[in-house]
Amino acid sequence: MGLVLRMTGIGKSFPGARVLSGVDLEVAAGEVHALIGENGAGKSTLMKILAGVHTPDEGTIEIDGRALAFGHPLDAQRAGVSIIYQELTLLPERTVAENVFLGREPVRRGLVDRETMERTTAELLASLGEDSFGPRDLVRRLSVAQQQVVEIVKALSVDARIVVMDEPTAALAEHEVELLYRLVRRLRERGIAVLYISHRLREIFDLADRVTVLKDGVKVATEPIDRITTADLVRLMVGRELTDYYPPRAQRPPGDVLLSVRGGGNDRLDGIDLELRAGEIVGLAGLQGAGRTELVKALFGAEPFTRGEMTPRRPRSVRDGIAAGIGLVTEDRKSEGLALHQSVRDNALLVARAGKGRAGGAVLDLLQRVRLAPPRPEQEVRHLSGGNQQKVVLAKWLTVAPRVLLFDEPTRGVDVGAKAVIHELVRELADGGMAVLMVSSELPELIGMSDRILVLRDGRIAGHLPAGATEEAVMELAAGS
Amino acid sequence: MTQELRTPVPKTPTWRGLRDVGADSPARPVYLSLLALTVFAWILFLTDGGQFFSQVNTVGILQRSAALGIVAVGQTLVILAGSLDLSVAFLISLVSLVAAETMADYGVLPAIGAVLAVSALVGLVNGLVITRLKVHAFIATLGISLIIKGVLDHRYDGPAGSVPESFQRLGYDRIGPVPVSALLWAAIAFAAWFLLRRTPLGYRIYAVGGDPEVARLSGVRTDRVVVAAHVLCALCAGMAGLLLAARLGAGAPTVGSDGGYDLESIAAVVLGGTALAGGRGGVAGTVGGVLLLAVLDSVFNQLEINSFAKDVVRGLVLVAALAIYARRRLAR
Repeated sequence: MGLVLRMTGIGKSFPGARVLSGVDLEVAAGEVHALIGENGAGKSTLMKILAGVHTPDEGTIEIDGRALAFGHPLDAQRAGVSIIYQELTLLPERTVAENVFLGREPVRRGLVDRETMERTTAELLASLGEDSFGPRDLVRRLSVAQQQVVEIVKALSVDARIVVMDEPTAALAEHEVELLYRLVRRLRERGIAVLYISHRLREIFDLADRVTVLKDGVKVATEPIDRITTADLVRLMVGRELTDYYPPRAQRPPGDVLLSVRGGGNDRLDGIDLELRAGEIVGLAGLQGAGRTELVKALFGAEPFTRGEMTPRRPRSVRDGIAAGIGLVTEDRKSEGLALHQSVRDNALLVARAGKGRAGGAVLDLLQRVRLAPPRPEQEVRHLSGGNQQKVVLAKWLTVAPRVLLFDEPTRGVDVGAKAVIHELVRELADGGMAVLMVSSELPELIGMSDRILVLRDGRIAGHLPAGATEEAVMELAAGS
Repeated sequence: MTQELRTPVPKTPTWRGLRDVGADSPARPVYLSLLALTVFAWILFLTDGGQFFSQVNTVGILQRSAALGIVAVGQTLVILAGSLDLSVAFLISLVSLVAAETMADYGVLPAIGAVLAVSALVGLVNGLVITRLKVHAFIATLGISLIIKGVLDHRYDGPAGSVPESFQRLGYDRIGPVPVSALLWAAIAFAAWFLLRRTPLGYRIYAVGGDPEVARLSGVRTDRVVVAAHVLCALCAGMAGLLLAARLGAGAPTVGSDGGYDLESIAAVVLGGTALAGGRGGVAGTVGGVLLLAVLDSVFNQLEINSFAKDVVRGLVLVAALAIYARRRLAR
């Protein structure tokens, strides 16, 4: 096993915070090396140092035995490092081929060689077995999973020695994860060193050869995957045992119906019948594109139903929805949930201020209620970890005390510790008499949290399942096999 | 969980050679509107006893739009890169004076050289202020614009210098029915189109305008791209200044600002379907936008509408066009 990457004694501070200190990392050719840790543990910073986005304050990076210093992402790219970021880095208005070769277009006699670009892209797509789109398609017309394939093709096209994947499955539905696994394994067969960052422990056991755990900016362990258990990893990451992953289900039978829909539909949904009761958490499952997000947005009034009966009155706008006591924690908190450059306080009061001058109660109490740590109302939201940001979104809704709260992927991009807190909070809200509908692409989470499960397929409800249904049962309904 | 499922996506036809006016192109609406307006103008002229497609009228339209057209091509480049340039109007005034005064003393070629050098320098300063000092393009170019204005106001009270007969021909000569100025515009537009479609710089302009962070993470040196776009934009403004100097026979400290080349060039670019935020659009649309404004002017002249009403209508057209674009974007 030839060593491809050796990072030694990496340290980095940002104004006011030491993010990494003395981190060592070694990755061999043909190895899938998982990097895990809670949000704020320093994974992203370490990765960005490897990518040439940040320069380390101390420490050295060696690739194939040569010490390197990166001043610009271009330097890292030239050294054979290719990064697939959590937020996709593609240009929606450009074609697949243009995106793949972005910044290093092949040139012949001073001109961009489109032929080569498109041919190489087509070959790489074919080598990954991808035939649902071609090099000339505009990226904005592709699904998230297809865009991820484009990212991987981009990484392959540079002949990367090291491919870093940051939460590559965060935006994928379950069935697409399998495709990604295949791609990762193919990279490994080619002798590429893969550095795989993920919150989902199952993926790490499925894929990785070795795993490195970071905690508070320090490396706590590097172990071969077969010599470690899930419990070990969780303990190393959070420093405590998370024996009970999900809070207990509702103890009492569900209460009054707080929201009901009969025959709801719009251009993406049809024949939706559902009831949400006080005190219960209803899980909403379905494949990507089945209409899960569309359904919660319809209930909320953001993309309203155009037909069907609904109690309370069918919302025609978001203001209607909020007035009727419905709240929505959106899938993409950064673009739809928060004003990133504003303070925690301003964000928490967004909904309250949009209403009729009702004060939102004491912000500090609210922040403590959602267990924001530390509860600093003046901090800008963009500096918070994903988990804390999500808590602020939750606080935003609690100011108006909704009766029905809809969650769309509430724990996406949130680390294990914060995930557990969010799970507890959601359960607490339900126990307090709220009706909760929760979308999640992570089946274990969906099953672990829900008192019952609704499955969507092609914009219609494909079936209902009781608490504790198996993943297979959910998938069967979702895929319609 | 081992099931293999793939969400099918409809294959979309790709319009290779025709990409600039294809169904998916941002330039399409402006050409459709141009067509409609031209038909309207043609009928209007007929009923009025005139001839829209008479040589006098079409040559007039081309001649009047050439200078704006050249500036707008440059403006397209900076807007595509996610920037914009408000200094073009005063830069045009400045270079018209540089041209006329240098020509009077040293001849045509040194004057052209001086104009291009001054323009490139102003573009370079714009680009560096934006990328190095991190000043927003709006304020940066407005500031440079004010500086140029101050210098002009201090040094000139009115037209200065003189342009030799030989060079004035650039302003008025025709090759067959086509004005030389329009040919110059066409050549510059073609060069910019080629740059955007076929050269690495063109690709990077789209990338930086589309998303500077994505471009940077993909290894693009974004600052250089923005600076290059600004230099090219200023060079275009410089050439428009030369053209106007040729037409006036002298340099004038107000020729650029009177023509409103700063805001009109931006209007033409966005009318042509280029996104003001950058990353989407192209030169073809801009040429359409300039022609649309010119045909509109010709209709106003035929109807003898006063200049206030003209401005009202132009404003309405601009706002309506952008509202239509916004709807189209949402509908996707």
